[in-house]
Amino acid sequence: MTTPETRAAGERVLRVLLPVATLALAVAIWHAVVQIYAIPHYVLPGPRLVARTLVDDWGVLSASLAVTLVTTFEGFALAVVGGIGLAILFNLSRLVEYSLYPFAVIVQVTPVLAIAPLLLVYFSQDATVLVCAWIVAFFPVLANTTLGLKSVDHNLADLYRLYGASPDQILLYLKFPSALPQMLAGIRIAGGLSLVGAVVAELAAGTAGAGSGLAWRIAESSYRLMIPRMFAALILLSVAGIVIYFALAGLSYLLLRRWHESAVQRES
Amino acid sequence: MDVVACVKQRVEGYIPPCPRRGESKDLGVPPASPSSLQSATTAAVVALRHVGKTFANGVQALDGLDLDVRPGELVSLLGPSGCGKSTALRLIAGLSEPSGGTITWGGGTAARPAAHHIGFVFQEPTLMPWTTVAKNVALPLRLRGTPAAEAAPRIAAAIERVGLAGFRDAYPRELSGGMKMRVSIARALVTDPELLLMDEPFAALDEITRFKLNNDLLDVWLALRKTVVFVTHSVFESVYLSGRIVVMTPRPGRVFKELTIEAPYPRQESFRTSAEYAAYCRLASEALTEATGGAA
Repeated sequence: MTTPETRAAGERVLRVLLPVATLALAVAIWHAVVQIYAIPHYVLPGPRLVARTLVDDWGVLSASLAVTLVTTFEGFALAVVGGIGLAILFNLSRLVEYSLYPFAVIVQVTPVLAIAPLLLVYFSQDATVLVCAWIVAFFPVLANTTLGLKSVDHNLADLYRLYGASPDQILLYLKFPSALPQMLAGIRIAGGLSLVGAVVAELAAGTAGAGSGLAWRIAESSYRLMIPRMFAALILLSVAGIVIYFALAGLSYLLLRRWHESAVQRES
Repeated sequence: MDVVACVKQRVEGYIPPCPRRGESKDLGVPPASPSSLQSATTAAVVALRHVGKTFANGVQALDGLDLDVRPGELVSLLGPSGCGKSTALRLIAGLSEPSGGTITWGGGTAARPAAHHIGFVFQEPTLMPWTTVAKNVALPLRLRGTPAAEAAPRIAAAIERVGLAGFRDAYPRELSGGMKMRVSIARALVTDPELLLMDEPFAALDEITRFKLNNDLLDVWLALRKTVVFVTHSVFESVYLSGRIVVMTPRPGRVFKELTIEAPYPRQESFRTSAEYAAYCRLASEALTEATGGAA
């Protein structure tokens, strides 16, 4: 007999077990290929060597990870504040929206890798990295929040008007909570993108200054043919991205689980 | 035919409803006769004179609408979909401006409705999904800045009034359609409004739930003595609830006929099955068919 509870529990286990099993299989194949074809470690290191490098070089790598994460979080925070702030500004004034939105789009569609060298001419390296992370990450927050603020239930807006709500009250009690699901979707995208922005900027700026982030470390390792360290740094970046994604998905779930269709558990 | 003749006479002579059994004092309506029409007008909670409304897209929703809403009455606006009933209600609420004519509130003393003297119940429950029943009901008081200590008992009373005492902390999505509508009514009542405007509030509910809410609405009305303007396209609902039915014509909307339902309150389920009820329903139905030019 399968009750709905056991089936739900079974599905939860599968959702964790299947990706883990797939990953283990991929690592095993990687290991086998390296062994069977006797591939030299400066071309493709095996998983064991990468793991050992990760441990041996932890001092260097963890310091680089910290640098990249700090940039990522700073860029992310600026993207969230800037994106939401601009969206509110756009919502309050149509003139501002018409004047500035096209530029937000231009900044977004121009590849950040192409902008970074130019930014380096005018900004310090740290500032450039931060600006890149921000440019990449703020647009999804802005676009989603703008959409959310516009999606307020018309009857609810009438109700607020009927009871003489002030513009502040309408923004705080009505528009902001209405926009929360879309805002969180934008923030979730921004989390991953700010890591991308930080890495891209580090790579672009890599040789120009005394950088020490993970991406810079990868570039440096590639010049010095330290291929295992490249892999180790890459793994750390992936893990950082995954942690950011799940942290933000968890935040979104916590804020929406009681009321929004996207987060509510449903029995079929 | 007697009833029809009587109704016709009433419409033409503008005779207000007969005093209801044992309730005429509570109503506070001055006994009116055709000659006292003018004084009845000035005492109206809201009075519409030759009101027209044309939207920007050229649709003429209302034209030459005259309507007096008298204190303490439960009046229905009955008409087919798109006849401007909801538009009239939005004008009464002050949510929209008329393109022609005048609307006065508070017995002709105010050119704007006072923000907290009107409660509005929309066709949909229109609740904030992100917060609880209690906080939804609290909204009008919160917007007004009522201190929490003063607001709390009123919120509790309003929730209890609609029979949802155990659901204070539930979220709207956890409630049925009928319960959501009850929350919406509680929210409209929490400011203790003078005038309650209801825009087809039960149209989307199943029949059993609608009957139950009809009864509960009558209970609330008898207990609180609010003036209620109830918009509906249901003949049966309008006859069951109201003391007066205003039948409207579509495109442009104006008053076609008024019917007085003299059945005494409290009305119960037995009224639904009575011959009197059936006769009123037939009258209202005929008026509605005439109003739509026989097309419906």
